[in-house]
Amino acid sequence: MNRRKFLVGGATAAGALIVGYAVWPSARLSKADAMAAGPGERFLATWIKIASDGTITVVVPHCDMGTGIYTALAQMAADELDADWTKVRAETAPCDPLFANSALAEGFGLEELHVSPDGIPRLFAGPTIGTMRIIAEHMDLQTTGGSSAVRFTGVYGMRVAGAAVREMLLEAAAARMNAAVRDFRTENSRVVHTASGTSFGYGELAREAANYSPSAHPKLKEKSTYKLVGEPVPRLDIPAKVNGATKYGIDTQMPDMLYGTIRISPAFGGKLVSADESRVAEHRGVKKVVKLDDAVVVVADRLWRARKAMEALDPAFDTGGQGDVSSETIREMHLGGLRSGEIKRDRKTGDPTEALNNGSVIERIYNVPYLAHAAMEPVNATVLFKKVGTLEVWAGTQDGLGSRAFCAKAAGLPMEKVTFHLTPSGGGYGRRLPGLWNFLTYAVETAKAVPGVPVKLLFNREQDMQHDFYRPNVTSRFRATVDKDGWPLAWVNDYTTDDDPNPEAHIVYRVPNQAYGTVKLPAHVPTGPWRSVEASWHGFFVESFIDELAHEAKRDALEYRVGLLEGQPRHAATLKLAAEKAGWASPLPAGCGRGIAMVESFGTIVVHVAEVEVKDAGAVNVRRFTTAADCGMAVNPDGFKAQMEGGIIFGLSAALHGEITIERGAVVQQNFPDFDVVRLAECPEIHVHIHESDAPLGGAGEPGIPPVAPAVTNAIFAATGQRIRELPVKKHDLKKVPLAS
Amino acid sequence: MGIPLKVNGTIHDVDVEPDAPLLWVIRDELHLTGTKFGCGIAACGACTVHVNGKAVRSCSVPVGSVAGAEIRTIEALGANGLEAVQQAWIAHQVPQCGYCQSGMIMAVSALLAEHPAPTDEQLAAAITNICRCGTLSRIRAAVRDLAMKKSAAGARS
Repeated sequence: MNRRKFLVGGATAAGALIVGYAVWPSARLSKADAMAAGPGERFLATWIKIASDGTITVVVPHCDMGTGIYTALAQMAADELDADWTKVRAETAPCDPLFANSALAEGFGLEELHVSPDGIPRLFAGPTIGTMRIIAEHMDLQTTGGSSAVRFTGVYGMRVAGAAVREMLLEAAAARMNAAVRDFRTENSRVVHTASGTSFGYGELAREAANYSPSAHPKLKEKSTYKLVGEPVPRLDIPAKVNGATKYGIDTQMPDMLYGTIRISPAFGGKLVSADESRVAEHRGVKKVVKLDDAVVVVADRLWRARKAMEALDPAFDTGGQGDVSSETIREMHLGGLRSGEIKRDRKTGDPTEALNNGSVIERIYNVPYLAHAAMEPVNATVLFKKVGTLEVWAGTQDGLGSRAFCAKAAGLPMEKVTFHLTPSGGGYGRRLPGLWNFLTYAVETAKAVPGVPVKLLFNREQDMQHDFYRPNVTSRFRATVDKDGWPLAWVNDYTTDDDPNPEAHIVYRVPNQAYGTVKLPAHVPTGPWRSVEASWHGFFVESFIDELAHEAKRDALEYRVGLLEGQPRHAATLKLAAEKAGWASPLPAGCGRGIAMVESFGTIVVHVAEVEVKDAGAVNVRRFTTAADCGMAVNPDGFKAQMEGGIIFGLSAALHGEITIERGAVVQQNFPDFDVVRLAECPEIHVHIHESDAPLGGAGEPGIPPVAPAVTNAIFAATGQRIRELPVKKHDLKKVPLAS
Repeated sequence: MGIPLKVNGTIHDVDVEPDAPLLWVIRDELHLTGTKFGCGIAACGACTVHVNGKAVRSCSVPVGSVAGAEIRTIEALGANGLEAVQQAWIAHQVPQCGYCQSGMIMAVSALLAEHPAPTDEQLAAAITNICRCGTLSRIRAAVRDLAMKKSAAGARS
């Protein structure tokens, strides 16, 4: 039905070779050709440009929020390309459908279908890629999330693009010398004629190479011949991050721009009741009070003037009928739902009911709280709306193309009237993903109230914290029976959800009879993906309960886990590596304990061993984290370790301190003192070890987090005998008491 | 009529209210955006600058209180070749999103001026800045490295 066509960029005026894979439905061909005739970058199909001076630019369809993916993706493309790394750059792809990330669609699609790329018959591979391209465009897909950049964009996009460009350069050189392609090799950004030694730089071949079509199936390197992949090359973005040069969304500056500050109804669902503009009529610099359904924005010539005016304005809101909701009512709702609500079964193996009926049931209930993302750069966007019907937006989000489409819809404009400039983000962790774009909505509405002038709408920290989309509050109940040696026979896990059942609940441990079920009980609190998403709660639940079963069985926590991992050699090996490096069996001083936890998420297995000291007065000091992780192979081992380290600190902040609570339908916490995080004084020693395997490449940004909390609470149990089943740790009094039985 | 503000060696005459926060004057009047906003209540340290050589959280400093003082921002640090702390940040590949790092680097730079070879305890007590990406262990490694080099240099001299 859809015609296939490779969209190949020709040589641009600058002498750049632009290569892309795109499989275009015929209806779009004319549009593509029209765009092709336009100047340079507008037409760039995808991922790789080579300039006449030999500079290679990898165009990345992701945002930079600090996980090092620009470097890792450039490494993957450059390695296949046999590029001279010193000539490689990375830049952000334009927020245009031409750069929709088909590789991401392919990766997510294959994952969803549980098909490996090798499982697709070659006959269908082309149409599959084409379909993914169309899906990516229709979804406006340029998402950065799901720890997907390296394992999807890199594997299905960058490597293939790099290898295809290399083949085109070979063909160009062969044509120049009227020789066969097989007579040439590539090295360090040059094509070399093997017999004569004559060679051409990639820059000088770029224009001619652009005349060839990139293969959808170029020959990819064997792992043993990688030169850049697997190397800890320094990150390309870091130099501009030590001198204040990187420009984030908040740094957008334009002459005569205005600044907006917002106050949203404290209770979710509440409406604006009153905002008396006369109170700010005399305020210097105030330009406009924008009254919205559930919020008010003060626009002024300077931000502090807008903020001061907001204090004076002191708007009033109602509670949207949610004034009775509190953390306590949500807790009662969860417990009641698990006790007597309708449980929807989503998976069953063996006969768990029979097994539960025939043994002594071990039952435990766990809970995790709502959590804010609290990225250091509060959400913001700068928007210029013009009465002629155009919109221009500057912001850091986790999906540039999706943001553009979203802003177009918010403004009631066609997408082609909207320009979106994607900036680096001062942290994302999910907060800037599609579905969580309240800041874009408010910014567009504000801009429409002051047409012709760019306005930067910045949430202050209090608004950012109180109007987030939170990691859900989840309650989970386990029931198990064990055999005479303590090994589990039945594992029945029912938990509350805001949404669908989570595959992340399913265990890797061998238990003959398993059942999983959910009771859907969303509160009015908006929720969304938070770094490691579902794994962030099921990791804590599963790894706490398995630890409890090990204790009940009077078995060592490591030995018990390994004993249930028959047929899972990667998991077992990663566990053993972490334990060995941590000195698992070595003695510790009184008051100290070790805990272990393992979670596989986003294709990566991570095991943490936490070593904690609990002082007599109850203070918890997390002394050390020893980590082993299997992500197949780390494209950039130092970058991978940095993500594990960062994940540990992010997860530790949540485990020890993180808690968003609700009173009168609104969030209680306002700023960092009441939503505290780990700082240097609480930062443990961290040692990360990579367990290499032949598994497909796994993610890095998120998988470090899920095993953090259970490793810590299991260690607290080892140190004190006190089992923490509700996070965060700070809620619990750990003062020294006689050991619980 | 304006407030004389000496930033990175240049005196600017800024026409703002004396209670305007120094952070926003630096960012939105002088367009030096390397200094970041994080919390607005001096809790996170993203806005750290030097005032007369001391680390100060500029979001909570009224601009009128620092008229005439020597104010230094990240833009001046290493403008003529990177300072040791910045080099250490690159060597240890510290930044992730990078947003908090201007404040971190300014805070550490002020600490090192006072204690060229700080202990872990001195570092933890002095640097209470927040990094959400979780670069803290690398920050500590970078400062340990700087402290070790300083101690070694001191032992030689």
